[in-house]
Amino acid sequence: MARPRLGVVKFASCDGCQLTLLDLEDQLLGIAEQVEIVEFAEATSARSAGPYDLLLVEGSVSTPEQAEAIVDLRRQAAKLVTIGACATTGGIQALRVFADHDAWRASIYPHPEWIESLATATPIADHVPVDAELRGCPIDPGQLLEFLTATLLGRRPRLPDEAVCLACKRAGSVCVVVALGEPCLGPVTRTGCGAICPAFGRGCYACFGPRETANVPGLRRSLVVLGNAPADVDERFAGFTALAPPFARAAAAGLAAAAATGGDDARR
Amino acid sequence: MHGGEGRGAAGAGATIERRFDVGQLTRVEGEGSLRLRVRGGVVVEARLAIFEAPRYFERLVVGRRPDDVLDIVARICGICPVAYQMSAVHAFEALYRVDVDPAVRTLRRLLYCGEWIESHALHVYLLHAPDFLGFESVVALAQADRGAVERGLALKKTGNAIVALLGGRPIHPVSVRVGGFSRAPRPREMAALRPALEAAVEQALETVRWVAGLPTPDLRQVARLVALRHPDDYPMNEGRIVSSDGLDLPATDWEAAFREEQVEGTNALHARTLDGGAYLVGPAARVTLAGDRLHPLAAEALAATGLAGEIRVNPYRSIVARAVELVHAAAEARDIVADYRAPETALAAWRARPGTAAWATEAPRGLLFHRYEIDERGRVAEARIVPPTSQNQAAIEEALVTVAPGVLDLPEETAQTRIEQLVRSYDPCISCATHFLELTVEREP
Repeated sequence: MARPRLGVVKFASCDGCQLTLLDLEDQLLGIAEQVEIVEFAEATSARSAGPYDLLLVEGSVSTPEQAEAIVDLRRQAAKLVTIGACATTGGIQALRVFADHDAWRASIYPHPEWIESLATATPIADHVPVDAELRGCPIDPGQLLEFLTATLLGRRPRLPDEAVCLACKRAGSVCVVVALGEPCLGPVTRTGCGAICPAFGRGCYACFGPRETANVPGLRRSLVVLGNAPADVDERFAGFTALAPPFARAAAAGLAAAAATGGDDARR
Repeated sequence: MHGGEGRGAAGAGATIERRFDVGQLTRVEGEGSLRLRVRGGVVVEARLAIFEAPRYFERLVVGRRPDDVLDIVARICGICPVAYQMSAVHAFEALYRVDVDPAVRTLRRLLYCGEWIESHALHVYLLHAPDFLGFESVVALAQADRGAVERGLALKKTGNAIVALLGGRPIHPVSVRVGGFSRAPRPREMAALRPALEAAVEQALETVRWVAGLPTPDLRQVARLVALRHPDDYPMNEGRIVSSDGLDLPATDWEAAFREEQVEGTNALHARTLDGGAYLVGPAARVTLAGDRLHPLAAEALAATGLAGEIRVNPYRSIVARAVELVHAAAEARDIVADYRAPETALAAWRARPGTAAWATEAPRGLLFHRYEIDERGRVAEARIVPPTSQNQAAIEEALVTVAPGVLDLPEETAQTRIEQLVRSYDPCISCATHFLELTVEREP
């Protein structure tokens, strides 16, 4: 039987999620025996414009050219899977939607007219149907391996959608909200990272985006009751998954407050 | 996303141009394009164009607090997030006059060692070595020499393990904070790294021997070199900016000697010296300008190759410099882990103050300069980030002008491979945004 044809492509992103595939050091050569890597510009000079049995897509759509390219790629892919916060929510570069894109472009480039860029950076699913997604900034190598294994075996991948809090409790970490008063987004964020931020003594900043039924207003109220300024809590949402619908309103409010007042942040 | 293949002819006004498209440059971090203009067999212009979809990091950080900036700038690059965190955190701490624990300083060197190992092993084994041996990828290389590839992957895994121990995960680690680390490793956790690091030193030494023996094209391309130099240490987080022609500046003052300019057709700003000159940053510059600060094992390994002079003038030999730095990083990491004592204060107290926060550190690919203007609220009012690849662009273009005439008459595939191999020698990290590399040769009669 012919091996499935795997493609890996990127849009606006940092390359970290596709690098995660290369970071499976113990499995990489085994994976390359199970699939035929036909397109992965970061790793091989062999190229293919399709078709692909499985296409992993990193990054968000942020230029007119990319908006056309993703439509083309979708036609070539039997199964299209988005990997990472940029591809699934727009990523950090999506924060431009809360700002004046043209002014940003003009402030960095002396000749902004030479730069092709959209005023938005949007998730792949806003442009084409997506068959599955791996969350995270970056994605978790364990989840990537589970997804690839399940896909090759034809079974459903086990990708938990519970809150970071559950992984945090199982890891035996001290709750940073209770012990340190840190604003932590763990209760509304999907697990997958291994709850590393609380394990390192800081609050979760929602790399994996919202969990199912994320109660953002409830978490905001609780964190404010515990002594955090409302604007500070909102600003926590203005990160790598800010455009995920449950987070977007708080993120916008947080950024507006950061631009306007901010208060005295000289802390520690 | 895919470049066209093959040669074609296109009319351009009265001049007949010959176009030569060989598709996207692969095995680099990101996408870009390359245009050569050839007139009478002479390359009159070579332009490396970076089609990074702009991500506007210098604006994304405006209004944010320094600790949030550390999380944001990491996302400029999945291969070298630590570098972005290091330049930024040292900039803020310099402005705030934070007195970090000496053990924190050492841990930050260890963190950078981890990133250098991960990034250099990736580049040497997965991206660059296949060129020297005629393979399209590391997977193809593994079929011919599985032992070499397994050695490279083992090194890369050890580099990633260091970053993950100190920062929670290898990509976008979470523990770097202004004042130190949100958590420092326990001695028991550090001790667990020792066997892998002992092995890594041996693997890195073997890497130097392996890459020194790779068949390498001849080239003589003398570039002005720029790197940090420190009185005691091989340059990473501290030191003065020095050059092969006598420059000597504090790490805060990059802008006193260099400037950036925008070139049409590319989304990256190009850096040059104030007098318009090209210069080279990265492993070859560091090994040449700070070779006397290498770990003794790395210095010995370099001397045994007899290639120190070649590294200075032949860009294809940068793979040897990178391998020597693998030895340095593995040996220094091993020593740090062996002598480890947890910091008394992992996170020092600090108070924000307004002013200019600037610093440069040595990313795996070379000098990385950051400058932030901090306002009265302790938030970023303005930012400037100069990644190594934008500094190397002009030097890459100069080398292409030298190399192209000698290879363009070779069979098309050979010419493309040789030119791509040259570009890869600089380890361009075009992922400091998104890009598209396509070689276009225009021949004018």
